[in-house]
Parts: sequence; C-alpha cells; structure tokens
Amino acid sequence: MKKMTKTAMTLALGLGLVTSASFAASHASVTNKAVAARHAQMQMLAYHTGILGSIAKGEMEYNSAMVDAAATNLRDLAKLDGTTMWLPGTEQGAVDGSRAKAEMWSNFPDVIAKVTDLANAADAMIGAADQAAVGAAMGAIGGSCKACHEAYRGPKT
Amino acid sequence: MRPIAAPRPKFALKRGFGLLILCAVIGAGVFWWVTAPQGLGVNRALALKGLQGAPDRGTLVFAAGGCASCHAAPEATGDDRLVLAGGLPFDSDFGTFYAPNISSDPQHGLGAWSQGDFARALIKGVSPQGQHYYPAFPYTAYSHMSTQDVADLFAYMQTLPASATPSQPHDVGFPFNIRRSLGGWKWLFVRDDYVLSGDLSEQLTRGRYLVEGLSHCGECHTPRNALGALDRSRWLAGAPNPSGKGTIPNITSAELDWSEADLVAYFTSGFTPEYDSAGGKMADVITNLAALPESDRAAIAAYLKAVPAAR
Repeated sequence: MKKMTKTAMTLALGLGLVTSASFAASHASVTNKAVAARHAQMQMLAYHTGILGSIAKGEMEYNSAMVDAAATNLRDLAKLDGTTMWLPGTEQGAVDGSRAKAEMWSNFPDVIAKVTDLANAADAMIGAADQAAVGAAMGAIGGSCKACHEAYRGPKT
Repeated sequence: MRPIAAPRPKFALKRGFGLLILCAVIGAGVFWWVTAPQGLGVNRALALKGLQGAPDRGTLVFAAGGCASCHAAPEATGDDRLVLAGGLPFDSDFGTFYAPNISSDPQHGLGAWSQGDFARALIKGVSPQGQHYYPAFPYTAYSHMSTQDVADLFAYMQTLPASATPSQPHDVGFPFNIRRSLGGWKWLFVRDDYVLSGDLSEQLTRGRYLVEGLSHCGECHTPRNALGALDRSRWLAGAPNPSGKGTIPNITSAELDWSEADLVAYFTSGFTPEYDSAGGKMADVITNLAALPESDRAAIAAYLKAVPAAR
C-alpha cells in the first residue's frame, strides 16, 4: 500500500462517500434483508468499478496494485453464490426497494451466464499495465453490467 | 306588377353557391398542395446522383442512427440484431406503430429500392409509393443527414441479411389513419434549421449533427406537444417514457451536471459517474455509441454542455 499516492487515497475515499451516499439515498426504504444484501453487493461492485473507471478516465493516478486489487475484488464479488440473496418473491413490486424483474427467476441460467461474463471481464482486467489498458478493459466490464441491467432491472419508480 | 326582382335572388344564390364551390376547390387545392408528399428536391437529387456509398463507413452511420434499436426483431440479440425484420411496437397517443421490415428482402424489406427511394424516405419521410410515413420514423431528425451518410448507409444496409417477415400494419385510429393529413403535420412541424445555432466549432457542429440529426436524441429526450411534435422550446428537457413507466431524463445542464469526461465514459461503457450502469432503452443506445469513434462521443458530450439549459 506504500505505492498508493495520497491523491489516489483521497479520490478513492471521496468516490466511496459519493457512491455510499447515492445508494443510501436511493434505497432508504429497503426493509427486506435479502434486498439490502443485494444492494450491498451492488455497492461493492460499484465501488471497485469506480476505482478502475477513475483510473481509466485519468481522474486517479494509475497504480498497478490498486488495479489488481480492485479487479480481483470485482471478480470475486461477481462470483458470490446468489442463492442466499435472490430469494423467490423479492422481485420489484413484491418488496420495497427491489428493482429485480420477475424474469430473473424464470431465466436464472442466463443471469448466471451474464454475471459470469462480469467475472471474466474483471479477471481480464487483472494485470492491466497502464491507464490505456485499464480503459480498454473497462468496456467489457461495462458491457456485462449493462447486459444484465438491461434485461433484468426494472424501471426506477 | 311585374316580378322584376324575382330572378335576382336566384342569380345571387347561384353566384354565392358558385363562390362557395370556388372556395372549396381552392381550399382543397391548397390542402392538396400542402399535404402532397414531396420529392427529394433538386439539390439532394443532384448530390446523390452518381454517389457511390461505402458500406464500411455505412456501419458507423447505422450505429449512430440507431437503426437496429427499432428495426431489429424484438428480443433479437447479437448478430440477429442485423436482421432488420421489424415488429417492435411503439405505443403513442395516436395508436400503436410497428417498426417495419427494412431488411434487404426485395418483397418485404427495401431490397428493391433505389438509392433515391431510400434518400427520399430518410430526408422527406415519403415512401417509394409516394405515401407519407408516420413521424414515429424520425425523418424529422434524419432530414439533417448528409447526402454522403445517406449513400453510405444505403450501401451498408444492402449487405445485411434479408428477412421474409411481412411488416405489420400500424394500429392507428381515425383521423390519424389518413396518411395524406401527415403532409399538414409535416408542413407545421418539420424544420430544416437546428435548435443550437450560432458560430459553432467543428466539434460542436459534429455534435449537433449527431444529437439533433442522425442519432435523434431529441425523439425521446424532448417533450412533445398535443400533436406529437417535439417542443423545441424545451429541447432535451426530458419527457414521459413512451414505452411505459418512468421518465426520460432532462439532459441539459438544468439537471445534468456530469463533466464531459463523465459523459464520454458513459457513452463508452454505460457507467454513470456513480458507477451505476445504463438501463432500459439507453443501454441499447450505449451499445451503438460505443461503436463510434471516440471523437464522436466527445462531440456529443461537448454539444450537451453547450445546449441551453431547459426545464
């Protein structure tokens, strides 16, 4: 962690605050614990993607240890076994704060395929050697997030 | 007493009736003239003549124009999105429109069209049979397209697969089912000037071409009036979602405070500055924008920063 510059640390902290604040604001009414746990997972995904994205955008200085750690965490987060969190009956409309479409449960193998794409994209990010490489690997990560949200996330209410 | 006055009212009545007929004829003539489907126009037709489009450039025009987003079969993914079989429904206050088959099939698609037919459809919103298209097809925006882009798109779309799926008829009630009346709609609402005016840099000019023209961002992001035309005084100020719940956001500086770098990153990866990702129809738009050169994404971002704040 010696390699981490002060700027990077400040930015990471700031980013964390921003993401936590926005999640807290948008999910104030969550009472279902499984839904809350899913949001926590999403928040962790957003936080680590944010580190990589900030480096890609040039807002945070490139740092190989930081990139590898963020990508590894991202991969491992994508590999969490969802059985405990995606409980039947917790779709949008059924419980407060959920935006998961009912199709998630009827197409679960496809959901797994899409989250595996994210794990693979994050794995490919590990070892990205400079800012440009991080930027190039961002596309696949963004694409996998988007593919799943496009298919299985309901509209904001 | 001779009834000398008797023929006069008869004559006056006759003349009044004649005038009425004349007015009706002139009125009908004006209506007919105003609502007549237009040809491509001399300048465009001349520019198009002998112009050979390049299919590889056409792929970018196709992505920027978002053609597959509406014309691919609903639920199609991957390479199937290049089969432009149509069928996607568009609910509106006027009825339900269905995206037609625009594949290269000569019978059900536009495989038998000439380059001129294609240009007239995009620029004037008129079919090869001389019928007005409904403005669900965003020719109001495509009318800004450069003739070269039209030719490149035409060349590219001819390389795409054919589909024999027939186009579905629109489900539109009276009086909106009278196609001729769309001529009046066009006369009222089709404008050839841009919303963002003034001396623009090369980048802003490109951004304006994409946002207001080819990529037709205003079609969803600008609210519409009672007749379904875009309200230019509230350009990009957000609108109800035509395809259901929620709203399409305001993307002027009145409500969107993202930096240009944030916008470019969003157009590239779909990530918002909070690292949430694009959803709904916008996810598909991002897929298209991500295929464009970086300079185009930067141009769109620059345009959005320059466009007047509106609510």
